[in-house]
Amino acid sequence: MAKITYITHDDQNHTIDVENGLTVMEGAVQNDIPGIDADCGGGMACATCHVYVKEDWFNKLPKKEDGEEDMLDMAFEPKTNSRLSCQIIVSDELDGLVVNIPSKQA
Amino acid sequence: MDKIDALIIGAGPTGLFTAHQLNLIGLNCEVIDNLDKIGGQCIELYPDKPIYDIPAVPECTGEELTKNLIKQLKPFDIKFHLNDRVDEVKKEKDDWFVKTRNGKKFLTPNVIIAGGVGSFEPRKFSPKECEKFENKYLFYSVKNKKLFEGKTVSIFGGGDSALDWAVELSEKSNVNLIHRRDEFRGAQATVDKVNGLVNSGKIKLFTKYQLSRANGSDELESIDINHDDGQIKKLETDYVLGFFGLIMQLGPIAEWGLNIDKKNIPVDTEKFETNQKGIYAVGDICSYPGKLKLILSGFHEGALAARACFKLARPNEKYRFEFTTTSTNLLKRLGKKV
Repeated sequence: MAKITYITHDDQNHTIDVENGLTVMEGAVQNDIPGIDADCGGGMACATCHVYVKEDWFNKLPKKEDGEEDMLDMAFEPKTNSRLSCQIIVSDELDGLVVNIPSKQA
Repeated sequence: MDKIDALIIGAGPTGLFTAHQLNLIGLNCEVIDNLDKIGGQCIELYPDKPIYDIPAVPECTGEELTKNLIKQLKPFDIKFHLNDRVDEVKKEKDDWFVKTRNGKKFLTPNVIIAGGVGSFEPRKFSPKECEKFENKYLFYSVKNKKLFEGKTVSIFGGGDSALDWAVELSEKSNVNLIHRRDEFRGAQATVDKVNGLVNSGKIKLFTKYQLSRANGSDELESIDINHDDGQIKKLETDYVLGFFGLIMQLGPIAEWGLNIDKKNIPVDTEKFETNQKGIYAVGDICSYPGKLKLILSGFHEGALAARACFKLARPNEKYRFEFTTTSTNLLKRLGKKV
């Protein structure tokens, strides 16, 4: 279990407990946090679960696999700290993770 | 105007099998899709990725599945309208009047939405002033490459479309190629070609840059591009091309008076009918308690929606359930000798 904070574009903080093994995307979708569309359902095929990871956390996350950076090329306003939230799997180590949700996904 | 028994929106696996089921029970249908090819997400998002959960098909790619579904439709005469999109659906007496972007018109008692998560549209630039330059100075596809001859063209993107056009247009235009990182996801041979043209000065390459502004009142004059480190560069340019792939948008479906819940359309599980009589939703776009977004669920939903269509298309006939193994009716429709 990890406490994850999602900050939506209007600066609202949503902190929720997400079970280990779920993805950061699933945590958002299951808890109705707005701004994560996840059109493809977690298949790394759409770039609509794009988040910005707070700098201090970005380097602690497992590295991107092949294909994630390619999909991020298509995301809305990608930055150096962009990730696809469907590719971040929750574990105890991620307790306290903070991600920002972009103003829109496409 | 065409009067048909059913119109299917979406030529993905669910739409294709629904077309099969309609024709099998003796109803005609036509299919519309916004993509330029048949297959929907299977062909656009994962043509080469294997799928392992189609019943009785241990493994197949998105492309193979599509090919087999098309093969299964061979006995039937089904008209496909590709590169087109349904813009308008409205009630006309007992039928639905349907109009597409390309001006096709249909009258039908049954509209089946098998639209996945919506239609594929190009992903666009984020600065909002880009909109006013769109289709005049700023494009997301190339329809007439002569337009760019002798001009300066700024191409954004890192995939095959961006690289291929950079190579091709560099023969007769001044090309700027701008990408958000150093690596390209295009084919290695094309990347090599681009690097060669960059070295010989035919293409100006800007990496770790993204578009931040498009300048000009009516005509596009220049663009500002923003480096990862915050530095901004101004580029004089006549045209801008953006290649960021496709995104699924619900589009005009949202305006047809249907209940919509988070991009999905609620349906009943007997007919897969929406809140509008004669409009059904099947596949990924529909929702009901227990809905699974699996291709196999789409097949089931399409089969049931097709039977529901029968009642409205043939109000004076009775639908009889039959098996393809034994029914001479069905075998005849399948073009088999009986």
